[in-house]
Parts: sequence; structure tokens; C-alpha cells
Amino acid sequence: MIKTDIIIIGAGPVGLFTVFEAGLMKLRCHLIDAIPQPGGQLAEIYPKKPIYDIPGYPTVLAGELVDNLMEQAAPFKPGFTLGERADSIEKQEDETFIVTTSKGTQHHAPVVMIAGGLGSFEPRKPLIDNIIDFEEKGVYYIVKDPDQFEGKDMVISGGGDSALDWAIYFAEKGSFVHLVHRSDRFRAHKDSVSRAYELAAAGKMEIHAFAEVKELNGENSLSSIEIHTKEEKKIISTDLWFPLFGLSPKLGPIGEWGLEIDKNAIVVDTFDYQTNRPGVFAIGDVNTYPGKLKLILCGFHEATLAVQTAYKIINPDKKFTLKYTTVQGVQGFEDEQTKETVNS
Amino acid sequence: MSADINITVVDREGTEHEFTVPTDMNLNLMEVCKGFELPVEGTCGGMAMCASCQVYVISDEHFGERNDDEEAMLDEAYFVQENSRLGCQIPITPELEGLKVALAPQAP
Repeated sequence: MIKTDIIIIGAGPVGLFTVFEAGLMKLRCHLIDAIPQPGGQLAEIYPKKPIYDIPGYPTVLAGELVDNLMEQAAPFKPGFTLGERADSIEKQEDETFIVTTSKGTQHHAPVVMIAGGLGSFEPRKPLIDNIIDFEEKGVYYIVKDPDQFEGKDMVISGGGDSALDWAIYFAEKGSFVHLVHRSDRFRAHKDSVSRAYELAAAGKMEIHAFAEVKELNGENSLSSIEIHTKEEKKIISTDLWFPLFGLSPKLGPIGEWGLEIDKNAIVVDTFDYQTNRPGVFAIGDVNTYPGKLKLILCGFHEATLAVQTAYKIINPDKKFTLKYTTVQGVQGFEDEQTKETVNS
Repeated sequence: MSADINITVVDREGTEHEFTVPTDMNLNLMEVCKGFELPVEGTCGGMAMCASCQVYVISDEHFGERNDDEEAMLDEAYFVQENSRLGCQIPITPELEGLKVALAPQAP
């Protein structure tokens, strides 16, 4: 069990800045995020896009902002549970919470801050009736542990970076790769696209443009797929298909946590951004209130106010006096957070 | 001085909604739909990165031209048809007087 003061769900910009503001008040944070790297949609969807409305930065790339926020949070040694989705929340008798992830990792804290943005990113799944029968039995939406697939022949669908990068990776490792894409334009980086065509010319890859996987066949696991092009239908024998169509956000299990929801967002009180469940806060794009704007800068403000009430919940007998960072500087934590303690 | 235009949006139940929209407010079709409380999410905020604002352009003459980002997104989206466009990539201009679109089904 991971113990901390504040469990932050979502390691996007607002979640990361919460670590800093909480740290100034000597509160420890642990972040949980469904995607394997911090940064949320800034890192996942638009790392190379410039942002122009961060105060003090006339322009900053989304990816750079994430790097800066990580650096700013670093003195407060946040913990991370990445690549796992926060699935359930249980209130304990002592009013603290246990948050459990999709992989069963448990986190224990008196305060939960949901900075979940648009929700957790889930792979876009193709609309094929029996696809569910083959999930993890030849059909994989995410390439985990690539070693086990190296050298095997496979089909990869998609036109983005993920599809192209993996197609190139496996073709270079000795696999024969069928790359199936709905058009002949690839969203992926130009260098990747030219590399893919080189590998195709070298006989290590076949690029099927204007094609889509339409049918899956197999007894207990995948044995062949049918692709449809404008002119024809083709059967490809394969026991591996990676449909890599990117990720789309879903509010997901948080929607079932007994929180008041309005149009896919969590309703909060603007006094401290607490939800209808005391001790559970929602900040950033995931919340809603009269006048809400989905802006990073508003999320920063919300995080700052939310940790004030968090402090009072965690330290009911203490009074915190705001001190400017110009006066007291930033005093980080010297030791790492208690990673594991006995489950009491 | 630009005038307002009239557009029609057919929702997912087949109901037609007629709106009068200003052309001088730098709006796009996704924002108009959201503004009139139609069930359009516009998740990515208009960066052509989620396809939640996909529409089918019914009045052919208003199809316009897809841009590169839009094409790339539509290559990976659901329920794409010949006349699919992303609402967020359609700026509201005087030329769109009489525009008629239907909302594409919600992605699963």
C-alpha cells in the first residue's frame, strides 16, 4: 500500500502543479495516471504544439511546459503510479481513502484530488463485431513487451506515429509487417513514413493503402484477417494484429464514484473545488462550475485553493499562514516518500 | 460589416435545428453546435485531434476543403463518409449561408 497525504488522479499539468503547491505546505503527493508518462494530454496529444496563454511565457511548447512542471515539482519528491488507471475509491472508517488501480495497486491518503482532465486515455477500438473474442488472443491495442513479438509476422493498422514506429521497429527486428491504412496519407513523422517505404522496397514490409481490416477469423485465437481495399478483399494469414488508432479520452470509472456529474464533468464548489464527497476534490478540465473555463491557468488556480482545504483536512489542529516563495524559498523534502508501509 | 447566416444542423435523432449565426465572431461549426447545446463534445477544443465534432455536409456546395490535420484525423475516426468534415475546421463565413449538416454518430 502506498501512503501519502494527497492522492492525485491524473499527472497532467494541473496534477503536477498540485504537487508544488501542496509541497509548499509540507504535504506529500502521489500521482496516478493511465498513460505511462506524465503530462496528460499535453504529452499524449499535442507535445509539439505551442501554448500562448501561460502567464509569463509568451509561448511554450506543451511538452516543454510538462518538463518545467516536473522540474518545479521535483523538490517535493512526488510518487508516481503510471500506466495504471484509478478504478475505485473506498472511504475508510477514519474518513481516509483507498484508491485502487486497474492493476490492483493500492494508495491510501486522507485527501484525493481528481485532476483527470478529459478522462483516462483508452485505445480507439475498431468496430468489428467479434473483435472482443480476440483481444489479448492475437489482437493488441497497445504494444506491451515487444520482445515477445519480435521476428513474428504481423499486421499493424493505423497511420499515426505509434503505428509507423512499431511497424518499423518490428520490420527491422526481422518481422514481416503488413501495414494497413485507410488512406495513403500518414499522420506520422515524415522520416518514419520514408523509412517505412524503404523497408517496403526492401521486402520487409507491405503497405496496404486505402485498406481496412474488416473481418477477424480464428478458432480460439486469431489465425487470419480480411482486409478490404477499394477494389478487392484479401485474406492475410496472421496470428497478430495491432490496431493502433491512437487514444481517446473517457471519463471512465470516475463517473461511478458517487460524484455529482454534469455533462461529463464533476461538479465542485468554487470555494475550494471540493466535490459532493468531502475530502475528494476535482480540479482542472475534469470539473465544472458556473463560469468554468477549461484552461490550464484556471486549473493552476483551482489546485492552489484546493490544497488550502486539503491542509485543514490533513492537519485539523494547525493553522497555515501563507508565505511568499520570495520570502521563504522552496524547501523540498529530503527523503523519498514512504513507498510501502504495513497495511493496517 | 458581415451579416448573420442561417444554418441547419440535423441531430442524431433526425431533428432539424435552424440557427442564425454571426459571421464576424471567429466561430467554427463545432463551437456553434456547442453554443446551441447540441450533443457535440469538442473534446480536443478545436485542434482536429478527436473527431467528436464530425459532421456530414448535406448541402454539397458548402463542403469546402478538408485540411491536412483534418484528413489525418478522419483517417482514424469512426463512421467516416465521403462528406465527412470536422466541425471545428469549418469557420463560419458568409459563404456558408444555407449550410446543412448532420451530426455523425457518437464514437463508441
